Amino acid sequence: MRAIFEYTKGMRDQETHYCPGCTHGIAHRLIMEVLEEKGKLGEAIGISPVGCSILAHQYMDVDMVEAAHGRAPAVATGIKRVHPDAYVFTYQGDGDLASIGMAEIVHAALRGEKFCTFFINNAIYGMTGGQMAPTTLEGQKTTTTVMGRDPAVSGNPAVMCEMLSQLKGAVYVERVALNSPANIRKAKKAVSRAFEVQEKKLGFAFVEFLSICPINWGLAPSDAMKWLAENMMEVFPVKQFKNPLEVK
Amino acid sequence: MEERRLMKGNEAFGLAAILGGARYYFGYPITPQNEVTEFMSRELPNYGGFFLQAESELAAINMAYGASAAGGRVFISTSSPGLALMQEGLSGLASIEAPVVVLNVMRGGPGIGNIQPGQADYYQVTRGGGNGDYHLIVFAPASIQEAMDMIVEGFEIADRYTNPVLIAADGMLGQMMEPVTLPSMDKEYSLEKILKTKPWALTGHKNKRERNVIKSVYLKQELLEEHVLKIFEKYDKAVKELPSFEEVDLKDAEIVYVAFGTTSRMVKEAMELLKEKGVKTGLIRPKTLWPFPREAFDGIDKSTKMVVSCELSMGQMIDDVKLSLKGRLPVSLINRTGGMLLTPGEIVERTLKLL
Repeated sequence: MRAIFEYTKGMRDQETHYCPGCTHGIAHRLIMEVLEEKGKLGEAIGISPVGCSILAHQYMDVDMVEAAHGRAPAVATGIKRVHPDAYVFTYQGDGDLASIGMAEIVHAALRGEKFCTFFINNAIYGMTGGQMAPTTLEGQKTTTTVMGRDPAVSGNPAVMCEMLSQLKGAVYVERVALNSPANIRKAKKAVSRAFEVQEKKLGFAFVEFLSICPINWGLAPSDAMKWLAENMMEVFPVKQFKNPLEVK
Repeated sequence: MEERRLMKGNEAFGLAAILGGARYYFGYPITPQNEVTEFMSRELPNYGGFFLQAESELAAINMAYGASAAGGRVFISTSSPGLALMQEGLSGLASIEAPVVVLNVMRGGPGIGNIQPGQADYYQVTRGGGNGDYHLIVFAPASIQEAMDMIVEGFEIADRYTNPVLIAADGMLGQMMEPVTLPSMDKEYSLEKILKTKPWALTGHKNKRERNVIKSVYLKQELLEEHVLKIFEKYDKAVKELPSFEEVDLKDAEIVYVAFGTTSRMVKEAMELLKEKGVKTGLIRPKTLWPFPREAFDGIDKSTKMVVSCELSMGQMIDDVKLSLKGRLPVSLINRTGGMLLTPGEIVERTLKLL
């Protein structure tokens, strides 16, 4: 009998510490599947961030290092200088990338660093227990915006794809969503294109994953998927912002 | 054959790093160390190395963290406020046990302070500076030649102890010129050769070994304690192996000075002037600030009545001087701060008042 689906070789046979319904597992798997299909698990070096996914190295079967909060793009920059042919990627959440690490991600894009960044946007700080993130929506309730985010007090959501796609060095920028099988298949294609950009040394590749955090949103996973589609997609439209001609 | 050159401090420091095998440098402009960054941008590519101007000191130290975790030999430089920004990364590097040599061309503080020479980073470099339990291994050069030699040796020590090594120079050493003999260079530099000595480095597992994971997070308290104790076994070894100092005229000395870096040169001149006045003085010059050379103080003669710490700060090293003396002798301070320098004349005058 022919197996039609097998456990991804890039994922270690281990239960994750993520909460029920969390989409980190899907994002992890997509990245590892793409590297497996390219035969590049042995060439990959990942950087895990401060946040829920700090322990991503327990699940991804590739060389990995933990970075200080927000600094993954700087760490990746250093790694890529030593191993220019490695498949280097950062995996970062919204607090890590768009708040404390805003300078590092913008300058990595400005320099056209030849690594991939996978950005998990779930509009909240997960690990610390549900505080306002830079991507928290207007009116969204969090533990630090109990009346809902008021732009007059705490500003507006950071739209990273829109910002980074303005920069010449960011040659591939796409926003995807992990809320349906069809969208997950599209997300995998985006991951694959991002690694192709790196393989061809074309510049910086950035994929934003709209994700859910059922526990801190206070919603059941299925309701959280609906909330993502109804609320997040309006502020963070799912689309390809930039794709170089060399990549299909 | 030995090559002699007349070199500016900051350029000599950069050259020493290259000769010592550094091939990765991440810099951010800050006075009085800019010539290091400029020199590295010009010269490092000629040796097959990589120069990058980072967007901040925070980014620079984290780039160094990545390059070191990937097995590269990394050099970075900054000055006092920049080092404050690097503390996060230095704590991280000590935690992940990755080598790097950091040059701090110290200036006046606190705050933005000024760009004149200073030694008020003593606490910042010897007492951790970042969060948690760790040490930097700290060398304090008194001449450009000594700084070059310490930088070259620093790479070996950083590799041996898998820990950051810091060279505490100051603005005077960075900006002045002196004749130097160039350290010899390892001509057969190869990343492959270096990687063989670093089995922990991130290279991609090539499907030939288990994945390498470089960690700084230990959520279980038992595991973090175990990790810290393991790091401190190296520090215990460092305390036995690394302390280094110079002693001058301790025999029959009435007063013994303790001074490091450029300040020790002013003290040596003051000692000559005092000799003419019939006052016998000696000097202990720590070459390592951490580990501090406590055993140097066992060499103090019975003739000595007082120990004087001479520093360009409000008195920071004086704490280590007192810890080393364990109350055996009174300790005084002769100091200037805020970028002001101690002249030999001022040292003589203030010493005579202490007698």
